[in-house]
Amino acid sequence: MNYLTIIIGHIGGTLLLLVRSLKFLPTLPRQFARFMEQCYLIGYTSLPIVTILSFFIGSVLALQSGYSMENFGAKQFIGTLVGLTMARELGPVMVAILIAGRVGSAITAELASMKVYQEIDALTTMNIPPERMLVLPRLAAIVVMMPVLAIIANLCGWYGGALVCQYTHSISVDSEAYFTALKAYMKRSDVTDGLIKAEVFGFVIILVCCYIGLNTRGGPREIGASVTKAVVTSLILILVLDYFVTKALLMS
Amino acid sequence: MSNSTFTASPFLGKTFGVTVANVTKKFGRTTVLKDVSLEVKPGEIFCIMGPSGSGKTVLLKHIAGLEIPTSGEVRIGDFDAADPETRNKVHLALVFQAGALFNSLSVYDNLALYPREHRECNEAGIRERVMHALSILSLEKAANKFPSDLSGGMKKRVAIARALVMEPQLLLYDEPTSELDPVMSATLTEIIATLREQTAVTSIVVTHDRDLAFAIADRVAFVMDGKIRGVGRPADFKNPTDPVIANFLNPVIDLKNPRFKQLENSHE
Repeated sequence: MNYLTIIIGHIGGTLLLLVRSLKFLPTLPRQFARFMEQCYLIGYTSLPIVTILSFFIGSVLALQSGYSMENFGAKQFIGTLVGLTMARELGPVMVAILIAGRVGSAITAELASMKVYQEIDALTTMNIPPERMLVLPRLAAIVVMMPVLAIIANLCGWYGGALVCQYTHSISVDSEAYFTALKAYMKRSDVTDGLIKAEVFGFVIILVCCYIGLNTRGGPREIGASVTKAVVTSLILILVLDYFVTKALLMS
Repeated sequence: MSNSTFTASPFLGKTFGVTVANVTKKFGRTTVLKDVSLEVKPGEIFCIMGPSGSGKTVLLKHIAGLEIPTSGEVRIGDFDAADPETRNKVHLALVFQAGALFNSLSVYDNLALYPREHRECNEAGIRERVMHALSILSLEKAANKFPSDLSGGMKKRVAIARALVMEPQLLLYDEPTSELDPVMSATLTEIIATLREQTAVTSIVVTHDRDLAFAIADRVAFVMDGKIRGVGRPADFKNPTDPVIANFLNPVIDLKNPRFKQLENSHE
């Protein structure tokens, strides 16, 4: 079998997993506890790292752009640059990368371990479809939590940039001027486009990580291999999808 | 095991036989099952014996619907075992070799998962059902423990209790006495026989354990190298005429001419 056939097989398998999971959508209300647990694991526990990382990304962005834009006498636009970059690109992409590394890897490890130790087979014989119990609540949770995390990342990045602009002697753009510039050239669609991107990335990451976890075969060594595969695949997909989703959003 | 009896349920009155018809299973280039045919009658204890790697567990997984045959078919009553819909029509439980308990759930929640997911009764009813299954296997004190806190024998008993909560019409056991001491093996053998006696459930047991098979089986099948080598009542195999089955059942330990030396010589 060549690589192309294998890739097409995996894409088909992932889509099939999605269809099978969505088939159980009406069962979601009675899986509310499971859904909330996943919201907690995906959203709440990722919050500290999302906050710290996006704060410093905004800070570095302001620092770098301040240094470059001073040469053009365009320091007053630092707020616009940081605002747009965080909202349209770095916010959603960085959150997606964090989710892939932190949550995606954990999901793959958990499902792969359940598969290797026959817990998935046990569920199947108990007539409890793994798609219903293990995949659907996670997909629903990421749909809810991803925009929340992206908004928090944007806010932290913007405030990180504002602090650097205010307190870095070489930049010296006060917060009021920074936020005025940020608001002046930003449209609502810049934020919503970023949130759509975050939503797409998050959904694809969880789906791919669940698929790889549930299709693990072998022993404990394969659990580790599956986790690596899931994270690498997610990172590649985030960046590839980033281009196409951005293009589609700009065209629309 | 306690003296409790298993409560009759609407499902327990109806048990299913199993028909394995010309099943062949290939994994890549390896053929694991070669044109296997079997018939298990409703309510009987049917043991599948054979050496390691002979395809016993793969055959059991076909009956459980976890594997799809490359050719041939497995039927549970009138239903195709490979069809996921069959699980809505037949209560089938599989006791896995290593238990396959959910490590993140307590023993109680492991047992309660099935009735909760299928909304078969309210929480009080679930509690009654779970505690009853635990009492049958003398596991009441382990209800709040997690699988990681249990010994191998207890894990297997919990796995059987979990199967009982499902009120199965077909109960499959994969190596129920492996890795257990002789006393625990005997206990589990008694449990399997008593459950059949109390519930009339069709039981298929994959095992290496000659004592278990000959003590409780109505019939025994020998699987060797992916093929059925012989099927019959345990009494038929007390003095087997087939040398391969005889060698499997009564291996002679010959220190002067050990088997591994013979294997080495055959590779040279």
